[in-house]
Amino acid sequence: MTTESAPALNCTGLSYSFGDAKAVDGLDLLVDEGEVFGLLGPNGAGKTTTMRAITTLLPVPPGVIQVFGHDASRHKMAVRRLLGYVPQQLSADASLTGRENVQLFARVFDVPRRERAARVSQALDAVGLGDVAHRLASTYSGGMVRRLELAQALVSAPRLMILDEPTIGLDPIARDSVWDRITEIRAGTGMTVLVTTHSMDEADQRCDRLALMHLGRLRALGTPAQLKSELVAHRRESGETGLSAPSLEDVFRYHSGSGLNDPGSTAENEERGAFRDVRRTRRTASRLG
Amino acid sequence: MSAVPVAPHPASAESGPPDRRFALLLTPPPPRTGWRVVPARVTAMCVVEMQKLRHDRTEIYTRAVQPALWLLIFGVTFSRIHAIPTGGVPYLDFLAPGIIAQSAMFIAIFYGIMIIWERDSGVLTKLMVTPTPRTALVAGKAFAAGVKAVIQAAVVIVIAALIGVGMTWNPLRLLGVVVVVVLASAFFSCLSMSIAGIVLTRDRLMGIGQAITMPLFFASNALYPVALMPGWLQAVSRVNPLSYEVDALRGLLIGTQAHLGLDLAVLAFAALAGIVAAGSLLGRLAR
Repeated sequence: MTTESAPALNCTGLSYSFGDAKAVDGLDLLVDEGEVFGLLGPNGAGKTTTMRAITTLLPVPPGVIQVFGHDASRHKMAVRRLLGYVPQQLSADASLTGRENVQLFARVFDVPRRERAARVSQALDAVGLGDVAHRLASTYSGGMVRRLELAQALVSAPRLMILDEPTIGLDPIARDSVWDRITEIRAGTGMTVLVTTHSMDEADQRCDRLALMHLGRLRALGTPAQLKSELVAHRRESGETGLSAPSLEDVFRYHSGSGLNDPGSTAENEERGAFRDVRRTRRTASRLG
Repeated sequence: MSAVPVAPHPASAESGPPDRRFALLLTPPPPRTGWRVVPARVTAMCVVEMQKLRHDRTEIYTRAVQPALWLLIFGVTFSRIHAIPTGGVPYLDFLAPGIIAQSAMFIAIFYGIMIIWERDSGVLTKLMVTPTPRTALVAGKAFAAGVKAVIQAAVVIVIAALIGVGMTWNPLRLLGVVVVVVLASAFFSCLSMSIAGIVLTRDRLMGIGQAITMPLFFASNALYPVALMPGWLQAVSRVNPLSYEVDALRGLLIGTQAHLGLDLAVLAFAALAGIVAAGSLLGRLAR
């Protein structure tokens, strides 16, 4: 199959259940090559399950997920070679230096020995860690660890970078620094970025297009501007007047069913999200200080 | 298997000359395929283990305390009371290979806890998204445990030599010791990772780890000859890979009569079966 014309990601009718609980329910998603695509949704919306299915961690039937034309069920290894993945947790090994952390991923992605050192250096320089690469990762700040993880993902020249809440727990300066690097790398390499975030500001400013999930289903899809103008239209149709221009957070609340107009669902939404997911989020935030 | 696209990324191609800072990061590395994948991943994991030990040797020193106590207190005391018939071999000499095997097993058996820690910290998930088959990933971890266990074994051998245990320094026999320790540690680490794949949490695994290590040790020939055991314990000892490890180490280091061929075959089979079992259970940790 020719992969040049294929979209970066094509999900068709993705469904996944944990026992009786349906985490993702018939999700259709098309991510174009080169865009920064944001996956939003409240806790338990199905974002993480979707990410895990795309990254081949969860088994899916053939034909459901394709990455640059490669079926994630039939050709797992080919798909993994196209992916760079930064999980939500701080996943750099604190007992290794920055360079050793990146070297490990160069090795497991089969970077030939003759170009390994140069490629690792380039990945570290690309995230601004070249000068501190000799230091143990345990001495890095939270923002530096995140950038190190980007370098780990970058060293194999991925075409689809998957970032699961990359700025969670970071202060605004570190957050901007991480995003600036992502933007720079994307411009320099042309890679596609799929990101989940709970920060509506980041999604608004940094993503080309957004998908909003709720209860395992896709609720809204479009550019941040499109999503906001759609909400304006909805408000107009329902006779709501005098409201200020909606923010992306308003869009999020509207589609997640937890706005002031739907008070009953707030408690339900707060109960969603597996205990382990919440614990992981808190642990990451805590480790970042 | 489908081919991996290696064409330059369109965005960089369309938007003028490519950024030289990313020149090497535009082309995916050529994939390694077939039988070469497993040795490459094993090497990668072993290198990481060596790098970690280079940065922090505390674990080597602290883990040397327990085997030193076994040799210095238990070994020396039981040598004096001559309570255990060892076929003319001084008890301390008889005991030393058992303690080497025990300390290597203790290192390996806690790899399951390490893999759960790696799951919780996202390291495992990230490794599982690399082009590494699960069996190769487990094999890498298993042989990394072997590398660590060999270093530990070397420390115990030095301690044993210092307290007067008469061991061989024949390089070929020492190479045999390395092979035996690596295979046995690979099995015990896979046993631990398999249990991790079943119980899924650190707390449960710690309890099980503690519950199985001492029975494995006592139900082996590490402390006393198998002939002294009651019948049922002899049966357990015969299916306990630790017994084969100790038998091989004793033969190689002390020169007692051993069944080296059988020992190596059992350990190699156990390691292989362990890798397959742990590899098939690894996916449970990622869900």
